[in-house]
Amino acid sequence: MANKKMTIIASKGSLDMAYPPLILATTAAAMDVDVTIFFTFYGLEIVKKNNADSLKVTPLGNPAMPMPMPIPTLVSSLPGMESMATAMMKSMFKKHGVATIQQLLDLAKESGIKLIACQMTMDVMGYKQSDMIEGVEFGGAASWLDIAADADINLFI
Amino acid sequence: MSADIKVDSTLDAKGLSCPLPILKTKKAVEALGKDQVLKVVTTDPGSKNDMASWAKRTGNEILKVEEGGGTFTFFIKKTA
Repeated sequence: MANKKMTIIASKGSLDMAYPPLILATTAAAMDVDVTIFFTFYGLEIVKKNNADSLKVTPLGNPAMPMPMPIPTLVSSLPGMESMATAMMKSMFKKHGVATIQQLLDLAKESGIKLIACQMTMDVMGYKQSDMIEGVEFGGAASWLDIAADADINLFI
Repeated sequence: MSADIKVDSTLDAKGLSCPLPILKTKKAVEALGKDQVLKVVTTDPGSKNDMASWAKRTGNEILKVEEGGGTFTFFIKKTA
């Protein structure tokens, strides 16, 4: 029986939003699904060299983010709040035995997940192919569509 | 008790959260020979359903699940 196929478009580069594509991709690979992740816009930050563990999260504009105490929106915009929120989330993840983004990325590469970086957004943001981690391929909308047209699951995150 | 099941390999996935128990189970099962049995111990309550879905999808067989003391113990036979 041929393997099922899945593609994910990863368009977000904050610490919290880097998790869903990588969790789903690595789990799918473990369930014998052939996976492709297309990194575009801020999702490129996940596959930039030495950047996976530098992603940040901010409570600004996200009233759902649990904080140790209620924090007014204006306070969330102060310098240091982003670092604090990031450190808090990382420590919560660690405490609960959740893998880091770098670990998930390594597992994704190890399990043969195809990683494609969007060339157009790289050009717009001034990123060179050499700025990206080893093993990433480069392409555009047509590259993704060609794979997605034959896939069983396609997600935009 | 599971004295009747011969275990060939054991994986301690205690303290790990989704998706690590599944990813590590996949690796450990791959290292086995056909019909060999892996024992996996987890603490993630989600792993009970996740492991069943994983086994169904990959064609491996969960011989037995033991639950208690905050842990879940799976006996997985490599049938795929």
